[in-house]
Amino acid sequence: MIERLYARLPRGAHGLAWLAIIIGIAAFWVALPPLKVREPAVPIVLGLFALTIGIGTLIRGVKRIGWTAVAIGILGLGLGYLATRSSETHLDQVVVWSALTAAMLRYATPLAFAAMGGIFSERSGVVNIGLEGMMLSGAFFGILGADKLNSWALGLLCAALAGAGFALIHAFFAIHLRADQIVGGTAINFLALGITGYLFIDIYGGEGTPPDIPDIPDVHLDFLKDWYFIGPVLGQLNLMIWLAFLTIVATWVVLFKTPVGLRIRAVGEHPRAADTVGISVYSTRYAAVTLSGVLAALGGAYLSIGFVNSFNQNMTVGRGFIALAAVIFGNWRPWGAAAAALLFGFSSALAQRLPAYSESAAVLFQALPYVLTLIAVAGVIGRSIPPAAVGRPYKKQ
Amino acid sequence: MSEPLPPEGSGKVESPVEGGDYAPSVAARYALAQKAGGVVVPLLTTLLAFFIGGLVVLATTGKNPLTTYKAIFEGAGLNWFFQVGSYELRVPFTQAHIPFPWNTNDFDSLAALNLQQTLIIWVPLVLTGLAVAFAFRCGMFNIGGQGQYLAGGVIAVWVGSSLPGLPGFVHILAAVVVGALAGALWAGIAGFLKATVGAHEVISTIMLNWIAVWVGVYLFSLGGPLQNDTQPFVPVSNDVLEEAKLKVFWGDPILQGLHVGFFVALAALVVYWITLNRTTLGYEVRAVGFNPEAARYGGISVSRNYFLAMAISGMFAGLAGAIDVVGWQYRLNTNDVLLPSIAFVGIAVALLGRNTAIGVGLAALLFAALLTGTSTRNLDPEIFKPELASNLTLLIQGLVVLFVGADVLILSLLGLRKRRRRQAEATE
Repeated sequence: MIERLYARLPRGAHGLAWLAIIIGIAAFWVALPPLKVREPAVPIVLGLFALTIGIGTLIRGVKRIGWTAVAIGILGLGLGYLATRSSETHLDQVVVWSALTAAMLRYATPLAFAAMGGIFSERSGVVNIGLEGMMLSGAFFGILGADKLNSWALGLLCAALAGAGFALIHAFFAIHLRADQIVGGTAINFLALGITGYLFIDIYGGEGTPPDIPDIPDVHLDFLKDWYFIGPVLGQLNLMIWLAFLTIVATWVVLFKTPVGLRIRAVGEHPRAADTVGISVYSTRYAAVTLSGVLAALGGAYLSIGFVNSFNQNMTVGRGFIALAAVIFGNWRPWGAAAAALLFGFSSALAQRLPAYSESAAVLFQALPYVLTLIAVAGVIGRSIPPAAVGRPYKKQ
Repeated sequence: MSEPLPPEGSGKVESPVEGGDYAPSVAARYALAQKAGGVVVPLLTTLLAFFIGGLVVLATTGKNPLTTYKAIFEGAGLNWFFQVGSYELRVPFTQAHIPFPWNTNDFDSLAALNLQQTLIIWVPLVLTGLAVAFAFRCGMFNIGGQGQYLAGGVIAVWVGSSLPGLPGFVHILAAVVVGALAGALWAGIAGFLKATVGAHEVISTIMLNWIAVWVGVYLFSLGGPLQNDTQPFVPVSNDVLEEAKLKVFWGDPILQGLHVGFFVALAALVVYWITLNRTTLGYEVRAVGFNPEAARYGGISVSRNYFLAMAISGMFAGLAGAIDVVGWQYRLNTNDVLLPSIAFVGIAVALLGRNTAIGVGLAALLFAALLTGTSTRNLDPEIFKPELASNLTLLIQGLVVLFVGADVLILSLLGLRKRRRRQAEATE
């Protein structure tokens, strides 16, 4: 096992580029708690070092990781320098690693659920712009179910059913009627916004959701309590966060280690070929899209009955689109998308704590996921390549 | 012989495989639908959406949907057209009066007052609708109207609230032109990415939307660079200077009368039609939209047209944002930026209007009436709760987009009817 992992470690120029990335991150990290180096020269030297190695690997033809190393070197240098200039109280206030990590996990969970859903749908060849709407429906029907049936588990079930319902509409129009999938997804977003908003006002009126709704419990791991760092981060996480971990693993196993996953990917890459060998393109796509709706809705339900314990009109405010961004940024792979969700979750967590420095500038961190994804689709740092048949309706012959 | 592969990511428009494996591009399918459905399909779509919306009203509140729709109709001031009498019209900006069949005096006609509100919303809906439609005719889906609208609005509010002492006309022109250019630039990024590396415009415009949103929130939030100078604790921009505001030609400026931006929207409809149907640019854009491969074979630069169409599309949306700012909003706050609104309706407008100038104008009127008629200000709460009704608008909007997108459904229904008729004729 260890030998296999060792054999897969990057070597040569690739290894150097990864080393440069680590040094670049370190340039920033040394200036933060707990080390808090106050000497500006340290991050500058480390950053320049990372930059030099990065450029060196670029010359040797390592493009994607090389450019990343260069970018991280520059960022590490700049941010590290700024951190040494900033006051220590501010640093202590903002950078509490355990709290930041826990917040990152909380913000990343809804994204991870929806992103896994997006991967299933897009890998089967159906674009799912409607993730946002499916998530919103999950958030509303989750809290409605939990409130009316007085159980968070039934609430989750309601959310899953609602997400599946919206996904089936999308699937029917995209697969059977061969409507444009982007138009269909846009319609799903409008519909979900309208239906959840309408029912929310109709049922709860102006007062909003009641405060005593059963919410998804936290998992208390008491034996971790005294462990450094791990205790405060993992000791008390919501059940859904652990489920998100499981979902990511399951997505990877299903998509890449089982015949079902092979079928889904085949249908998304070359539906005609898949049809020829006897795979039903339509039913595979229906199943994948429905599953994507269920997963996105679970992510939404976590928002309403796991995270904030209330519902508001349009409460997802673009999280579905961030999930879509995570899918693309992660190159339509479960681990990549999960890493992207963590990164985007981290930027949200940071945006929440940064107002100690500047109220307005902290907001800019919210834009980070979108900027990174734009760079990714532009192909500056390696191209994101979608499944070949994504967005194209299939017509049986 | 091996053919060169199309650029990655732009596969939606250019089908890599010969034969009937894949559906034709959006634009080609719309061309088909236009030939087959004409005006019937959008009408059926709208009726169906309103019918389902009515069922929702009936099922959830038990109220008569027709009463609700009538209240929305009157809240939008559309009943104004049916109140014919002998009135006088004051020619705008003069003292002359001429006889006129409708009552334009909003002090004794509530309908006139409401209609002004509808037409104020109509202006940006037409412009954002044209934005989506123009990109559609080039085979692209510009889902980023919101970002381009914001780019135009933010720049316009900045130009409009600074540079005191500029003559009014020049100031307005500067704000509007710079706003439109900002929209063009914002969409141009997506167009450029599509033209050069084949990045799918849907993804890039969604990302640009949210970048614009958060940058806008940053600019106007407390301590942000464009935040109000005199009110340090309100997240709002400076007010547009008095001389940079558009003139109101119908109604009272204090009661938010209809501004001259109305004529800009009308002109934009004409410009759209002429550009598409009577210029080389429009010919090339449509050719690329129908079939990029054939257009390329015919000597048209596909990537140049992708970029131009996207920039022009963004220009329409940016213009909408700029006109809204100098026409009636006069300032932007962080909530104006954060909450999705007008430009998303533009998508529905373009789809329902079948991407034609007249269609966009009429569809914009429908949605403007729905938006105004369901607002808290205009809908009688005795008849239907405005908070509910505004969500009903979203629902109807979603249904319209859903059904219009499924042209195959409607086409097959029409086809079915023809086939039945033929069968009936054969048996006779």
